[in-house]
Amino acid sequence: MSDLPTPEEMLKVDHRPPSAGWMDSPVEIRKGIACYAGNPKSLEAVGFPNPRTWSCFDEDWQLPENWQEILHEGFKERLERFRSFRVFMDICVRCGACADKCHYFIGTGDPKNMPVLRAELLRSVYRNDFSKIGKILGKLNGARPMTIDVLKEWWSYLFQCSECRRCSVFCPYGIDTAEITIMGRELLNLLGLNIDWIITPVANCFRTGNHLGIQPHAYKDMLDFFADEIEDITGVRLEPQINKKGADILFVTPSGDVFADPGTYTCMGYMMLFHFLKENYGFDITWSTYASEGGNFGFFTSHEMMKRLNAKMYAEAKRLGVKWILGGECGHMWRVIHQYMDTMNGPADFLEEPVSPITGTKFENAKSTKMVHITEFTSDLIKHGKLDLDPSRNDHLKVTFHDSCNTSRGMGIFEEPRYVIQNVCNHFYEMPRNTIRESTFCCGSGSGLNAGENMELRMAGGLPRANAVKYVHEKHGVNMLACICAIDRAVLPDLMDYWVPGVDVTGIHEMVANALNLPGQNERDTDLRGEPLPGIEGQTEEEADEG
Amino acid sequence: MNAKYIVSLLAVVVLFLLAYVGVEAAGLQVVFGIIIPYLAFVTFITGFIYRIMDWSRSAVPFRITTTAGQQKSLPWITDDKVDCPSTSGGVVLRMILEIAFFRSLFRNTRMKIKEGTKLSYQLEIFLWLGALAFHWAFFTVLFRHLRFFTNPVPVVVQLVENVDSFFRVEFLTDIIQIGVPGVYLSGLVLLLAVTYLFLRRIFVSNVKYISLASDYFPLFLIFGIAFTGVLMRYYAKIDVTAAKELTMGLVSFRPTIPEGVSPIFYVHVFFVSILLAYFPFSKLMHLGGIFLSPTRNMTTDTRARRHVNPWNYPVKVHTYDEYEDEFREKMIEAGLPVDRQPVDTQPAEATPEESEEKE
Repeated sequence: MSDLPTPEEMLKVDHRPPSAGWMDSPVEIRKGIACYAGNPKSLEAVGFPNPRTWSCFDEDWQLPENWQEILHEGFKERLERFRSFRVFMDICVRCGACADKCHYFIGTGDPKNMPVLRAELLRSVYRNDFSKIGKILGKLNGARPMTIDVLKEWWSYLFQCSECRRCSVFCPYGIDTAEITIMGRELLNLLGLNIDWIITPVANCFRTGNHLGIQPHAYKDMLDFFADEIEDITGVRLEPQINKKGADILFVTPSGDVFADPGTYTCMGYMMLFHFLKENYGFDITWSTYASEGGNFGFFTSHEMMKRLNAKMYAEAKRLGVKWILGGECGHMWRVIHQYMDTMNGPADFLEEPVSPITGTKFENAKSTKMVHITEFTSDLIKHGKLDLDPSRNDHLKVTFHDSCNTSRGMGIFEEPRYVIQNVCNHFYEMPRNTIRESTFCCGSGSGLNAGENMELRMAGGLPRANAVKYVHEKHGVNMLACICAIDRAVLPDLMDYWVPGVDVTGIHEMVANALNLPGQNERDTDLRGEPLPGIEGQTEEEADEG
Repeated sequence: MNAKYIVSLLAVVVLFLLAYVGVEAAGLQVVFGIIIPYLAFVTFITGFIYRIMDWSRSAVPFRITTTAGQQKSLPWITDDKVDCPSTSGGVVLRMILEIAFFRSLFRNTRMKIKEGTKLSYQLEIFLWLGALAFHWAFFTVLFRHLRFFTNPVPVVVQLVENVDSFFRVEFLTDIIQIGVPGVYLSGLVLLLAVTYLFLRRIFVSNVKYISLASDYFPLFLIFGIAFTGVLMRYYAKIDVTAAKELTMGLVSFRPTIPEGVSPIFYVHVFFVSILLAYFPFSKLMHLGGIFLSPTRNMTTDTRARRHVNPWNYPVKVHTYDEYEDEFREKMIEAGLPVDRQPVDTQPAEATPEESEEKE
């Protein structure tokens, strides 16, 4: 962290490529950019190959003897299993449209962070191994054999891609670098090459049900602690239901939300919303300690590991006998649920097609997967006037909304969160159009790259996002960056401190809860963060009347 | 100096000489006018089909559509039916926009850092414009060439010719006469566009950095094709009747080498043959690949309609029972319900009421 360049230094990024060709520029694995290697214990815990203590800064990576063969066979297998991979290896014309769409390229200027070149790192080996003409023409045609240096280059740049899919929006053939990174990381995992920030959460999640390794009793303690906090603020005591059989709905959210600020406030927001619905409408929802993770770092290692971790959601829904599943605010969690879960672990024929018990709304769009996004659920509640909201309790916030990569380009949820925000707070400002919705920029730390040791990469990758926030911060005085992603909540505060001091980060349901009037609440003089509400003294009597 | 485009340029020059000398000096009209075109055509057709079949053999395990617009969710929220298509109709529309009008490329922006601190992303339509001009012009030229393979020439081909030569471009002097016969816009646009695409590769530093020989080669080759075509029509003024006799011979499987066909014509045909034969083995296959692109050609209603993975296999999971076995005591202590009571250790007192026996 101490070696982190200043923002001024960081902004001097040079986007001109070096004069030497990219195949002639050896990879440099550098502190501040690279993440630490996976802990062998974590690899063992989930049965991953080649567990050992190693470091990416070492010369010798302690690979298995036949690593090239393993990689070649793995490559071949994935070409057969994934048409995406096969087609994306073949059809790129290198038009360069993707180049300056990548936040890591924008922030670092490293040409190998241009999506096209990141993919060419794999394509070059593909041409050599799977195309005769490619092999004959060799380097001239961008083909090269797999060597230890190439492998190190893969490792370095596949962990400088956050699988955000922004490039895939601009690619005329829809080539999705996320898909290429996913395959590349899968291949690396065959050799035991991973980063600890991914593989240890995976191992934790497998065993304890969540990335952070929170055991069931501790999970309950945390929710109880939030209940105490909520009682302090509102005077209302609520009892979250955990692992309750026969509840109507199972709620799954990223464990980051129970663990650290500001995600915890979002978690408190969920609890208050559920309490409100329970008191007013008899809404019966349960949390789970076994399925206590919405996120899925398995997605950042292999399709198989993703499936192994994701299986808990349906298994727990089945065990508890709920009707359907409600999912919290998270990015890649929703990519997995929206585009993978039903295929991997479905069909969920033991669940019912989701219907809101309060509004009667049928969530037709989730009728097969049977899992509903909480902003779909809440926006429906608001639309039907089922919540008692006082948005003025968010009047101290000038809010902008960061569309998370995965929910944007892997799901298409744009209006629901905006609708909720605009109903719970009075000051909302959009960032420039080219930086939101399908063109949104990554937080710079997605896909498991939210470690501490790669802070330089994270701050560089977050530059485009931060710069757009800075724009609305300066123009409209925006002081709150809202998001629907737990990784965002974990990493954006650092990014804001670095680039745009004075902007805090919040989940949407924190603001919902700030605005939500709980039955029997005291006069509230602070928000969920314990910060005094604006003009609270002048409004005392009015608020007391309301309560 | 960049070896990649020099080599590509040299390759095209060598191909030119091969055909020119082959016909002019060695009298290999039959080779360049009949044998190679047939071989090239067969290679193109079989190669193209093979590649598509090869791609099709790979599974589509997940529906990983790129959603570039609002999803279809609640009835009062307007969904984006094209950029986030939840129906097959929407997908078809999305694909048409993508294939015929390069929808995604139209979004292209150019990033700049202004005043050293402000990032901006301005619309950059030149790549889109250049690419669109290139492909449409090429398609028009190709379509016009049906004249050489049909007798009588279909009305629609004549129509396209008329539209294509609608804008009169005339430059008439004693030495150079441009505009007689009527200039086809498509040919000129093709030459300009291919030149633009080439210059872009040379002068945009990042694009130059990523370009391979296989990016330059087709550009030079297509330039060669267009250039020889233009040359024949407006300058060399070849015997069109004889040329058509040859091409008609090819399509009617009664190949013939008429007298008086200019060597430039053979060069032109040879370039086209090379392009055809090269096509299936190169990035030019993006023509077929775009149809199979999984981020574009599938619906986004993934939560409403289940997608089946043909190779989905069971995986080792950590079951609830295993989980509870590890944490049972702690769960009981914390008052969390459990499925099974501890077997032999402490009985009764720590047991919450609701827990139930399983198996």
